[in-house]
Amino acid sequence: MEATSRSFKQNARAALGDEDLQQALGQMKLGFVANRANAIAKLPEFEALRAEGKAIKEHTLENLDFYLEHFDARVTEMGGHVHWCRTAAEARDAVLGICRAAGARSVTKGKSMIGEEIGLNDFLEGHGIEPVETDLGEYIIQLRREPPSHIIAPAIHVTKQQVADVFYATHSGLDADRPLEEPRALVDEARAMLRQKYLDADVGVTGANFLIAETGSTVIVTNEGNGDLTQILPRIHVVIASLEKVVPTLEDASTILRLLARSATGQEFSTYTTFSTGPRRPDDPDGPEEFHVVLLDNGRSALIGTEVQDILRCIRCGACMNHCPVYGAVGGHAYGWVYPGPMGAVLTPMLIGVEEAGDLPNASTFCGRCAEVCPMGIPLPKLMRHHRATEFERGLPPAPARLALAAWAFLARRPGLYRSVLGLKMRLLGGIGRRRGRFGTLPFAGGWTRHRDFPAPEGKTFQQRWDDAGGAR
Amino acid sequence: MAREKNQQIRVALFVTCLVDLFRPSVGFAAVKLLEDAGCSVAVPKAQTCCGQPAYNSGDQGDTRAIARQVIAAFEGYDYVVAPSGSCAAMIRDHYPPLFDDEPELAQRAHRLARRTHELVSFLRDIRKVDTVDADFAGSVTYHDSCSGLRELDIKQQPRDLLRSVRGLELVELPDAETCCGFGGTFCVKYPDISNRMVTDKAAAIEGTGAGTLLAGDLGCLMNMAGKLKRRGAAIRTRHVAEVLAGMTDTPAIGEGEG
Repeated sequence: MEATSRSFKQNARAALGDEDLQQALGQMKLGFVANRANAIAKLPEFEALRAEGKAIKEHTLENLDFYLEHFDARVTEMGGHVHWCRTAAEARDAVLGICRAAGARSVTKGKSMIGEEIGLNDFLEGHGIEPVETDLGEYIIQLRREPPSHIIAPAIHVTKQQVADVFYATHSGLDADRPLEEPRALVDEARAMLRQKYLDADVGVTGANFLIAETGSTVIVTNEGNGDLTQILPRIHVVIASLEKVVPTLEDASTILRLLARSATGQEFSTYTTFSTGPRRPDDPDGPEEFHVVLLDNGRSALIGTEVQDILRCIRCGACMNHCPVYGAVGGHAYGWVYPGPMGAVLTPMLIGVEEAGDLPNASTFCGRCAEVCPMGIPLPKLMRHHRATEFERGLPPAPARLALAAWAFLARRPGLYRSVLGLKMRLLGGIGRRRGRFGTLPFAGGWTRHRDFPAPEGKTFQQRWDDAGGAR
Repeated sequence: MAREKNQQIRVALFVTCLVDLFRPSVGFAAVKLLEDAGCSVAVPKAQTCCGQPAYNSGDQGDTRAIARQVIAAFEGYDYVVAPSGSCAAMIRDHYPPLFDDEPELAQRAHRLARRTHELVSFLRDIRKVDTVDADFAGSVTYHDSCSGLRELDIKQQPRDLLRSVRGLELVELPDAETCCGFGGTFCVKYPDISNRMVTDKAAAIEGTGAGTLLAGDLGCLMNMAGKLKRRGAAIRTRHVAEVLAGMTDTPAIGEGEG
C-alpha cells in the first residue's frame, strides 16, 4: 500500500476533527485497557511468563537460520512447501504463482498483517483473482476500501452505523429496508454473505502467529473461526508469515500463547487456536491438498544483531497501541502505513525508511506505557529514540527545530553564559508577566500558546537567588 | 563545595532547568525539605540542564557533552537530588549507557546514577521521612508524571507524605497515570495531539472538584496549569514540594500577583 506516513501531522489533524473516529476511539480505550488489566491481575506469574517469552524469542533470533531451516525441513517432510521471499514483491509473486498453478479465481483470506504489508489484495485483484477477507473487521474495511487501523481490531475506527451503511451499499439483492441497527444483524448478514465465498474459493490464505520449527506447524489464533474455514475448505492453503514468527518448539508456542490473548483482548485464550501441519494425509477427515508457507524477510534479517533487534520479538498483540495516548488520540490511519501505534512507530521506519516515516517515532511523549504493557518486554521508547538519532545524524529534522536545538545546546554546554543569558531573559519575562502570571501569546511559542497559556517565570532564577542568599556551592 | 558538619548527609541539588528558570520557589522548597530531613544542601554552580532535549531529539553529541558536565559537577556528594522524576531518571537510567565506549566515564556515570534520586522518593525511601511539618487547608489531586512513575516507581511516596500535611484532603485523579501530553518538545512539535491529551487531562482534573493540582515535574505542571487557565478553571497548580514544605505563599503556577 502507498504510505502516507510523511503526512502524519495532517493525518493526525484530520483524525482529531473526525467525530465518528473520536467516538470509536473513546469506546476502544475503555474496553481493551480494563480487560487486559483484569486478565493480568488474575495471572500472578505474568512477570515470570513475560521473562520466559522474551528469552524464547531472544534465543530464537540468535539462532534464526537454524530454526528456519529446521522449520523448512519439517514442512517439506510433511508434504508442504516453503517459499523463501526476500522482498514483498517476491512474496506477492509466490502467492500469485500458487494461485495460477491452481487455476484459482477466488481466494479467501484470514486476517494477516503480512498480507497488508505486501499489499496482497490489490495485487491479486490486479491479476484477475478475487480476494475475500473473512475476518469480520477485515471484511468491513475491504468493503470500505481502506486499510486496517489496528493490528488486531482492523475496523476499530468504524462505527456501527458506518458498518450498516456499507452493507446497505454493497450487499445487493437484499431487502433495502432490512433492519441493521443491532450488531447481531450485522454479523448474521456478513456470515450469510461469506458462507458461499468459503465454498467457492480455490485457495485459502492465512497469516501465522507462530511457525513451529520442531513440528513444521503454523499457528493462528482467531475469535471468529473464520481462519479454520479459510484454511480447510479450499483445495490449497497458503500461509504468509514473516520469518521472525518462528519458535523452536510447541511448548514455546504455548508459553507465548499464554501472554498473547491476555495482552491483546484480555481473554485467557483466543476462541480458536489452530495448528496446521502439512496437507491432508490419506486418513485425515479433511484438510487442503496443498500446503504452502510463504516466508517473508522484507528487511527483517538485516536487523538481527543491531540495536533495534528487540522489535523482532513483537507478537502483534496490540497492547502498545491500546495503551498509547497518541494512538488513542489519532487512531491508526494517521500513521499512514500498515503498522500503527508504538510498535508501528518503531517497525515502519525500518521497513519503509526513516525518510518516509520520520514523524512516527517523534510523535511520542515517551510516557513509557507501551513498554510497561508489552508482553515481550520490548523497550519501545528506546527504539523510537534510536530512530530519532538516525534522523538527527542524517539532518532530517526541519531547519527551525535543528537551529533551536543547536542554540539551546550551545548555551547548555556553557554554564556561565547560560546563567547570564537566560537569567536576563527570565528577569524580563518575569517582569512583564508577573502581574497576570501567564502569557496568552508569546513570540516563538505559538505551538504552546495556541492551545494553552504559558506560565510566566517568577523573575530571578534559582541560581541568582541562591547566590543572593549566600547559599552553599 | 560547601563545608558541612561532620555527620550531615551532603546532598547536591540538581535544580533542573525548568525550576531554575521558571519556578525557583520549588528549588527552595526542596532545600527546606532536604534540610528538615537532616541533609546539608549545596548547589553546584556548573549545572544547566540534564540534557533531555538533546537526548530525545537524537542529538547524541550534545547529550554526551552535557552529561559529562553534570557528572563532573556532581562528583563528591553523598547524594544528588532533583525535584523532578524525569531529570532524575535521565541521570539514573540514561547516562550510563551513553558511555558504553568510554569505560572510565561509564564508571563515573554509574557512580552518579546510583547516588541520584528524585526528591520525594529520596525523602521517603532513603531518608525514611514519614511526616512533614506543613499545613495546607484544602483538597488536592495528584497527577503521576510518566518518568517518575514508570522509570523510578514513584507512586505511593508523594501520597504518603501528602497525607501527613495538616488540613490537606487528597482526592484521587481518574487516569492519574495517563500522560498529560507534555513530553518535552512533543508539545510544540505536535501541538494538536498534545492539546487533545491535555484537554482530557484538564477535564479529569476539573472533575475531581479538588482546589489544587499537584505533581512532581514542572514541565507537566506548566502544561496542565496553562491548559486549566486557558479553560478558565479556578484550580491552582503547584509542585508537590511546595505543599510538602509548607511554602505556598507564592502565587501558584500561572497565577499573577495582581
